[in-house]
Amino acid sequence: MRVTRDLDLAEECAQDAFARALTAWAADGVPERPGAWLTTVARRRALDVLRREAALRRALPMLVVDDIEPSPELGEVIPDDRLRLMFTCAHPALNQDAQVALTLRLLCGVTTAEIAKAFLVAEPTMAARLTRAKKKIALARIPYRVPDAEQLPERLDAVLTVVHLLFTVGHTAPSGPDLVRSDVVERALDLARMLRVLLPADPEVAGLLALLELTHARRATRTDDSGRLLLLDEQDRSRWDRDAIAAATPLVRESLRGRPPGRFGLQAAIAAVHAEAPSYADTDWREIVALYGVLLARWPSPVVALNRAVAVGLADGPAAGLAELEPLGSEPALATYAYLPAARADFLRRLGRYDEAATAYAEAALLTDNDVEQAFLRGRYEEVRSASGH
Amino acid sequence: MAEYLVLIYENEAEYAKGDQGVFDEVMKAHNDFGSTHHAALRGGNALQPTSTATSIRGTRTDSVTVTDGPFAETKEALGGYYLIEAPDLDAAIEIAKQVPAKFGGVEVRPVMVFD
Repeated sequence: MRVTRDLDLAEECAQDAFARALTAWAADGVPERPGAWLTTVARRRALDVLRREAALRRALPMLVVDDIEPSPELGEVIPDDRLRLMFTCAHPALNQDAQVALTLRLLCGVTTAEIAKAFLVAEPTMAARLTRAKKKIALARIPYRVPDAEQLPERLDAVLTVVHLLFTVGHTAPSGPDLVRSDVVERALDLARMLRVLLPADPEVAGLLALLELTHARRATRTDDSGRLLLLDEQDRSRWDRDAIAAATPLVRESLRGRPPGRFGLQAAIAAVHAEAPSYADTDWREIVALYGVLLARWPSPVVALNRAVAVGLADGPAAGLAELEPLGSEPALATYAYLPAARADFLRRLGRYDEAATAYAEAALLTDNDVEQAFLRGRYEEVRSASGH
Repeated sequence: MAEYLVLIYENEAEYAKGDQGVFDEVMKAHNDFGSTHHAALRGGNALQPTSTATSIRGTRTDSVTVTDGPFAETKEALGGYYLIEAPDLDAAIEIAKQVPAKFGGVEVRPVMVFD
């Protein structure tokens, strides 16, 4: 694929090799030396593509490739083509919606119609977005290569962000009847596993994979049989995927070896504390507060501050949590974020301040379009309304 | 190799209120940029402020109008450009990151090639 010179060919090729890897690995397990296995497949595909290339090339836009010619032996020193393609898709010169859509299209082979559905836009809109992005790649010559060592951390962060975003989109579908779009979640997990194979020494790659695996390990317990949302304290921990948790634990340790630990490693560590806690009450909330503190210093974000405030409430009681939430009310980035009023409502409810809790639950319900989350918030709203004597 | 135009957009008001020191500093920065990136530079100019601009709409029609001012009023206005040559967008961005634009930023546009 390295030798192909246009994006559509790369698209077809990457998609195919990726699908082959997944099919074969699902059937036979991940091979002893996945890198070598992938290289062999990639090489075979490259040869196939080369045969067709001459005919197709002229009709298709050029894709920039490195000036360095590949060495005749496709050894492990040559980075995988899909890795190059990921860096192209997650290039900062493309907007983030386009980055995520292109990754789904070019790396996962998801159809435009399916991507449109996942992102709640009409298919022609998504098609236009993908076309515009592909045109920009060709015309502005966005390169098809792994960035050099100096650029790598920043650019890799963009790649990991895209995969994480994809997982989040699938994990809590922005709207619609189901909480989770498992197809999108699976794609994100596949990409994270692939990155782990391709960049085995990177702590943040390990951190992202651990985070996704640990979150995914709770998938069976996030809603009850009728589709009602279950919070962490209501989930049946015996149904968490213990094998997945056990597999992710060494990855968490590895990810924290980064100096300083990165944001995905820290989030994975938080997820690991939850995964290891025997019950919600017996969770080491102080450890979680501390980890969020480090994360906040490393990655100042209102959402992280919100999570930290919630953990403070669980470590030191609802009044302490409420005080931590207080300054976040004026944060513009959280103005339409349903989890802020939802967290406030929960603390107010625990403090017995039912009228205020009802107002906060109502506000939160207005801010989410996900049916499952709405049903949960409405249920709580009714609960506190009747508790307050209405 | 491809050509990119690096358009410099800055807040003109900041220059208007700046003293000789600001002017000297910016001139020096551009001179430094020019000598460091000499090999990639294919051209460049600074423009007089938008207060000197004249816009002409409806060119080559019977209803052509000539008005005082820039084509679009924006806080940050086009004030100069460099034409550079680079192998790809990453290389162009690396050069563009070094372009002085104390009161704004730059936009990178690939130059269209007609075969």
